[in-house]
Amino acid sequence: MASLLDPLLLARVQFAFTVSFHFIFPSFSIGLASFLMVLEGLWLKTGKSIYLDLFRFWLKIFAVAFAMGVVSGIVMSYQFGTNWAVFSDKAGPVIGPLMAYEVLTAFFLEAGFLGVMLFGMNKVGKGLHFAATCMVALGTFISAFWILSVNSWMQTPTGYEIAANGQFLPGPSWWAIVFNSSFPYRLIHTVLAAYLTTAFAVGGAGAWHLLKDPANAHARKMFSMAMWMAALVTPMQILAGDQHGLNTLEHQPAKVMAMEGHFQSHPDGAPLVLFGIPDSEAQTMHYSVEIPKASSLILKHDLDAPLAGLDSVAPEDRPPVGPVFWAFRLMVGIGTAMLGVGLWSLVARWRGKLYDWRLLHRAALLMSPAGFVAVIAGWVTTEVGRQPWTIYGLLRTADSASPLGAPAVGASLLAFVVVYFAVFGIGVWYLLRLMAHTPHSGETGVAGQETGPVRTSGIVPGTAPRLEREP
Amino acid sequence: MSGSIDLTTIWAFIIAFAVFAYVVMDGFDLGIGILFPAVTVGHGRNRAMNAIAPVWDGNETWLVLGGGGLMAAFPLAYAVILPATYPLIIAMLLGLVFRGVAFEFRWRDEAHRPFWDLAFFGGSLVAAMSQGMILGALLQGIEVADRAYSGSWWDWLTPYTLLTGLGTVAAYALLGACWLIWKLSGDVQENAYRLATRAAVATLVLMAAVSAYNLVLLDQYRHRWLELPNILFASQVPLLTAIVAATLFWALKRRRELAPFLLALALFLLGMAGLGVTIWPNVVPPAISIWEAAAPHRSQVFMLVGVAITLPLIIGYTGWAYWVFRGKVGTEGYH
Repeated sequence: MASLLDPLLLARVQFAFTVSFHFIFPSFSIGLASFLMVLEGLWLKTGKSIYLDLFRFWLKIFAVAFAMGVVSGIVMSYQFGTNWAVFSDKAGPVIGPLMAYEVLTAFFLEAGFLGVMLFGMNKVGKGLHFAATCMVALGTFISAFWILSVNSWMQTPTGYEIAANGQFLPGPSWWAIVFNSSFPYRLIHTVLAAYLTTAFAVGGAGAWHLLKDPANAHARKMFSMAMWMAALVTPMQILAGDQHGLNTLEHQPAKVMAMEGHFQSHPDGAPLVLFGIPDSEAQTMHYSVEIPKASSLILKHDLDAPLAGLDSVAPEDRPPVGPVFWAFRLMVGIGTAMLGVGLWSLVARWRGKLYDWRLLHRAALLMSPAGFVAVIAGWVTTEVGRQPWTIYGLLRTADSASPLGAPAVGASLLAFVVVYFAVFGIGVWYLLRLMAHTPHSGETGVAGQETGPVRTSGIVPGTAPRLEREP
Repeated sequence: MSGSIDLTTIWAFIIAFAVFAYVVMDGFDLGIGILFPAVTVGHGRNRAMNAIAPVWDGNETWLVLGGGGLMAAFPLAYAVILPATYPLIIAMLLGLVFRGVAFEFRWRDEAHRPFWDLAFFGGSLVAAMSQGMILGALLQGIEVADRAYSGSWWDWLTPYTLLTGLGTVAAYALLGACWLIWKLSGDVQENAYRLATRAAVATLVLMAAVSAYNLVLLDQYRHRWLELPNILFASQVPLLTAIVAATLFWALKRRRELAPFLLALALFLLGMAGLGVTIWPNVVPPAISIWEAAAPHRSQVFMLVGVAITLPLIIGYTGWAYWVFRGKVGTEGYH
C-alpha cells in the first residue's frame, strides 16, 4: 500500500514537505513583525537610539525571512490545485472564500506596506513609517487568522451543506464556518507559538553576543526582552495547549488516543504514557513507562474517568500512532524546557546575574532553534493525528488527491526538495550570518548597506555608507 | 437564480482584473529579470533592481489573488487547470522562488552576486515562459471528464503553447524595458530604449502569430472572430493594436519617458480584450463555462462583500506605496 511509487503517498509527502518548510518562515516573521513594532514604538516613545539600532538589526533579518516566507507561501496556494484537485473542487466553495479573504486582508496589507517599512523611513517620516510597521505586523496576524480558520474547519467542519455532486457548500452562516469549534484554540496556540519561536531565536542571538561580550548594551537589551517573553508567554502557552488538547479530545478523540498512545480503552482511569515504543501492527505499547490514572486526571480532571482507546475506532479510521505519539512528546518536552529557561531567567534577573550567568546564556543559545522544532512537531501532531481525513470524518485523504501519476508527483517532489534545501539552506545561512553580526550603535538600515538597495532619493551607490537617517 | 448568474459574470471580471493586474505589475518585474543579462553589471543592475525592490512583493500578491480567487470563485476551473498544466505550474513556482529570494540574497552576499543575478534572470525567464505556456494550454482546450482533467501528461507542450510562452516573455521584456526607461536615467536608460524597441518588435510579431494561430485552433474561435456580425466588433481589437503599436515606436524614437510604459500597458489591455473575446463565456475551453464552474451563490456574495470593501483600500495603499517611491532611481533630488 505505502509503496514509494504510490502517487497518493508522494502527494502527501510533497504537501508535508512544502508546508513544513514554509511554516518555519511565518512562525518567525509573525513574531518578528510584532517585535519590530514594539522596538520602533519604544524608540518613538523614549527617543533612545538603542531601540532604533535593534530595530534596524532585526529588520535586515526580517527582510530575508519574509522573502523566503513569501516565495514558499505562493507554492502553498497552488499545492491545493496541483496535487489535491478533488479536494479543491469539493471544498473550494467553503474554504476558497476564506483563503481569498486572507489574500485581500492580509497579504496585500503586508506586501503593500513592506516596501515602506524596509526602505521608506527617510521618505515618509517617523510617524507614517511606524504606521507601516504596524500594518505589516497586523497583516501577519490577520494572515494567521484566516489560514488557521481554514485549517480548523478541515479539522472540525461546521456550518456546511453537501450538494448532490458531492461539493461542500456554505450554509446560511459564515460565522459558523469561520469560527468553527477548534479555531479559537488553534489560533491562540499557534500565534503564541510564533511569539515564543521568535523570543527564543532573539534570545539565542542575544546570548551569543553576551557570551562574546557581556558588556554589549544592545545584546543585553535583546536578551532581556526575549527572556521576559519566555518567562511570561511560556506559561500562557502551556495553558493554551492544555485547552487546545481538551478541545481536541471533544472533537477528534482518535487524535488524542494517538497522542497518548492509548491503544486499549481504560474503563476506570487511563495511565499517562511517559515513554514507550508504539506498535500499530500489534496495537500495543512496548516498554512503556506509565503513571497510572494520570491521563484521566489531565484530560478529564478525574482519576477514575473512563477513556476510550483506539480499539474503539474502526481500523480504517485510525491515525498512525508513531509520528503523533513522538511529535507530541517532542513538543511538550520543548515546552517544558522553555518554561525552565524562562523561570531560570527570572531567578537570574532577581539575583542581578542576567547578563553574567554564562550557563544561562549557553542554555538560551542551545534553545534558540527550539521554537521552530516545537512548531513543526506540533504541526505533525495535529496533521498526522487527523488522518485518514482531509475534512474530518467526511472526506478521506485517499479521495482528495489529483488524478496524477506517480512520476509527475515524484518528479515535482524531487524538484521541491532539491530547490528548497539549496535556496532556503543558503537563506538560513544568510540569516545566521546577519544574527552573528555584532549589534552596535549606529546600526544601518536595510537600505544602508554601501551597495544595498538605494532608494529613489539622493545617493549614488557606493558613495554613502548610510542612507537611512532619522528625518 | 438570475442574481447568481449576474454574480458569476461579476466574478469572472474580478478574476480577469486580478490576472491583468498581476500580468502588468509583476510583468515589468519579470521583464526586468529577463533583460538582466543585457543590463550593465554594477550600477545598471543595482539601479534596475532598486527600481522594483519596494514594490515587487505587492505585485506578486496579485498572483495569489488570481490563484486563490479562482479556487474560491470557480473551484472546478482551479481543479481542472492546475492538474492539466502541472509541470508548468511547478516550474513557474520554482522560478518565482529563485526570482524572489534573489532580491534579498544578492545584497547579502557580494561574493556570489553574479550567481544571484543569474538566478534572478533564470527564475524570471522560467516563470514568464511557464505563465505564457499555461495561457496557451488553456486556450488550446483542456480535456475534461467527470469534473477532472482527463488529458495526457504532455498535452501542455505543443507548438502553440511554445508560441504563447515566447510571446509572454517578449511582452514582459517590453514592459520591463519601458519601466526602466521611466525610472532610470543616463546610460542605463539609453540601453533600455534599445531593449524596448527590440522587445516591441518581438512582442508584436508573436502577438500576430498567436492571433493567426487562434483562428485555426478551435472552430469556436474562428466563428467568434470571422463571422458577421462578430467581425465588425472583434476587428476593432487588432485595429487598435496597430495604432497603439505605431504610437509606441514613435514614443520610443522621440525618447519619451512615461509614454512607452503607458502604451505597453495599452497593448496588454488590448491583448486581454482579445483574449476575453476569444474564450468568453468559457473559463476552461472548449466546454466548461463560467456558470458551470462557478462557486455557489453564498460563496460569491460573501467574497464580493470582502472585495467591495478591501479592493479600493488595496488600490489606495498600493498607490500610496508607489507614490512614496516615485521619481528616478539614483539621481539627486527628484521628489
